[in-house]
Formats: sequence, structure tokens, C-alpha cells
Amino acid sequence: MSLPSATIGQASSVDFDRLVFDDVSRYFGRRRALAHVSFESCAGEVVGLVGPNGAGKSTVLALAATTLQASSGQVCYGDRSAAELGPALRGRVGLLAHELQLYPELTARENLEFFAALFGLDRVAERSVEALERAGLGSRADDPVSGFSRGMRQRVALERALLHDPTLLLLDEPFTGLDEASAEVLIERLRTLKAAGRIVLLTTHDFENAEAVVDRVMLLKAGRVAAIDSSTGSLRDRYRHAMRGEAVPGGAV
Amino acid sequence: MSRFAQVAWLVMRKDLTVEARSRELLLTTLFFAVSTVLVFAFGFVRDGRAVEDAAAGILWIAIAFAGTLALGRTFERERYHDVLHALLLAPVDRPAIYVGKLLGIVALLAAVEAVVVPLVALLFQAGLFRYPLRAAALLGLGTIGFAAVGTLFAAMLVRARSRDVLLPVLLYPITIPVIIAGVRGTAALLQPEPDLAMAGAWTGMLVFFDVVFITLSLWTFEPVMTE
Repeated sequence: MSLPSATIGQASSVDFDRLVFDDVSRYFGRRRALAHVSFESCAGEVVGLVGPNGAGKSTVLALAATTLQASSGQVCYGDRSAAELGPALRGRVGLLAHELQLYPELTARENLEFFAALFGLDRVAERSVEALERAGLGSRADDPVSGFSRGMRQRVALERALLHDPTLLLLDEPFTGLDEASAEVLIERLRTLKAAGRIVLLTTHDFENAEAVVDRVMLLKAGRVAAIDSSTGSLRDRYRHAMRGEAVPGGAV
Repeated sequence: MSRFAQVAWLVMRKDLTVEARSRELLLTTLFFAVSTVLVFAFGFVRDGRAVEDAAAGILWIAIAFAGTLALGRTFERERYHDVLHALLLAPVDRPAIYVGKLLGIVALLAAVEAVVVPLVALLFQAGLFRYPLRAAALLGLGTIGFAAVGTLFAAMLVRARSRDVLLPVLLYPITIPVIIAGVRGTAALLQPEPDLAMAGAWTGMLVFFDVVFITLSLWTFEPVMTE
């Protein structure tokens, strides 16, 4: 089947250099998931979202990914909202969710080829092979994903999220299931993306690995921003300070 | 091929590939449809003669019940691993995803009908092959109409906890006109003196239902899938 040349062609008109949350709240029925969240993340920056379970981290990612809409406030990509940018915006966003969003019955290659074709990319087969080589799974390309370990699936899912070279990369618990070597490869990959001017938002409970790559940390508690922190030092200590309601050294808000 | 058609084709091909590997939906719907026909055959066929007009009704009951079973599972693959969000994040016209899912379900039901129609013809001595094109048109149009509404409702209910209960409750009241048109049209063909004009009128009615249901579904799929 012939495939059209990449969506990246239409992407240039929707490219952006910062992500802005302006007083964003989100309710699910009567339950408040996020309240008045404001922050800005620029190209070449990795922002870590940390907080206890249910703090609203995944909701922030879903809002940034446009799969959720804000109940109030606005999410902007550069100077424009998702509504202004239209569906083409989705071609500039990559999402690695906590659920890995892969079809277990399909092989790793088929999964990547399906999503590459869905995103309208060119060189679908070559891109998929290259991505699997990067994930260290070239020899398992034709094995069904159902036979993969969590870590291997995580690596395939990361490649799926990066296939279309997104401007904004959203990673929900990217270190889950990765062994030490794979985590180091991911950190190196994130540094490369940062150097290439991508905007990266990641949620994590893996403070040690996150410390190696994040520029700023947004601490969330019960749907509110407890602190935005760009200081160095132990992320775990800063997290504990914030969760106890104490001032975070170097933290704003 | 237009981008819309290409996305629909990709989604349908993916669904059929997954189904070819697991055979989960095909085997369950086929088993259910065949069982339905066999049970009714025991009730409605006496001394080798079927009750008049029973064959058309039983054929459409088997299709509707098997279709409901398939529709209830059609978005499960997307739901289980949250692949739905990955699909919705693609920079494509979302109605193309709907069309791809619809085509996948119609292909699956066509495979079920390929077994059920000869079985009904055999057990009920029904002349379903006397006018094969007219019968195929009625079956095809009825299946598309039923699946068009069902695919939309299955998508609407993908995040609902009691989706298995809600799907038939929502689906049957809306699709009853399609099923009635299918039954009456098929019955007209199965009479000892086939009423071709009547069968044609019901076929026309099915075309009308299909156009209305598919148009409404394409129009509402995008807002339905946006949380």
C-alpha cells in the first residue's frame, strides 16, 4: 500500500516552542482532578511532574495531549490553543501513557508500522526497523508483543511515541519496568531530545533516574501545584518537603 | 487513495489481522448464531416443514444477536491497553477510525452470514438462493445499518462500566426499523410466489436507514470520543 508523504509536512505550520498551562482546572463529574494549574515549559526543557497517586499528573499529560479538555483555563501551544491549531497539532505530540497502547496480538513491527501509517509518515517499514533497532529489539521484531516483558513493551511503546519526531513528548512513568541499562539508554535518549529542542514532560516516582534528566520539577498535591522547583539536590528530599507542606528549597509557588 | 479512506483501510486491516490471530470474535459470534438457528429449528420445523415466514425472522434474529455480541467487543481491544487514546492522538479525521471499525465489524458479520444463511436455507427449506443478489442486498444493507449504529454506541460506551448491559438496551430500539425492514424484505423473497416489488421497497428502506445512520454516526463520532 502506498503511503502519503509525512504529516510532518503539514506540521511546520503547527510547530511551537513552548507549552503553557494558564490557570487550568479539570473536573470529572464533581471530582476535582486539577485546580488552577499554571506553568510554562520551553523547547529544550525536560519538566518532571511528581506527586502522590491521584495528584493529577496523568491528567496534566492528558490535557497536554489534547485527549482531555480543560474544564476551565487554557492550554496553549506557543500562542495558540488546541482548537486553533486543529487536528494537525496531534501530529506534533507524542504520548507514552502508563498503559502502553500497543496491540498485544500484533508483532512489534506491525504495531510500529500501523501507527507510523496512521500518522501518515513516509518510509513506514524502514522507520519501524530503525525504531526497533534503537529499542534493542531488532531480533524480536516479528514476535507478538504479548510475549514481551513489561520493560520490552515499554521500549516499543516509547519508540511508538517517538516515531513521528514530536515537538512535545509526554511520558507517563517512562522508567517503569526498565532495567538499569535500559533506563540509562532512556536517559541518554531524553538528553538527545532535549538538545534537539523538544519539550518533554514526564511523570515519575523514580526520583534517582529523573534527577539525571529533568531541568525543573513540578510537585503536584491533590490537583494543585505545591511547588515548581529548579534547584539541584535530592529530588526525594524536595518531594518529601513539599508533601509535608514545608517550603521547598529553591522552589517557586 | 484519500487520507480518510487510507485511515479507514488501516484500521479495518488491523482489526482483521488481530481477529485472524485470535479468532476470538469470529468463533464466539459464529457459535452463537449457529446455536440460535439450531434451537429455533427444533421449535419451528415439524415433520420437515417450517412454520411460514419463520426463516426470515430467525435469520435476522441470529444476525442481530451475533452482531450485538461482536459489537460489544469491537472496542475492547482498544480499551484493554488504552490503545484508543493512541488512535485518537493520531492527526487523522476521527470519523475515519469509525469507518474502519465499522468495516471490520461488517466483514466479520459477513463471514458469520456466509455460514448462517446456508444453514437457515437448509434447515428451514427457505429459498434464500432463489434471488441471490436481492437476498445479498437485503442482508448487506441490513448488516451495515445495524453495525453503523452499533459501532457508534460501542464507541460511546467504551468508557462506561455497565457497557455490556447498556449496549443492547440502546441498540435495539434504534435498530428495530432496520431489523423489521430486513425481516419483511427477506420474507417477501421467501414466499411461494416471491413478491419482488415488496422486497425492493424494503431494500430501498434499508438504503434510507443506512444513509441516515451513517451520516449521523460520522457527524457525532468526534464529539462522542472527546472526553
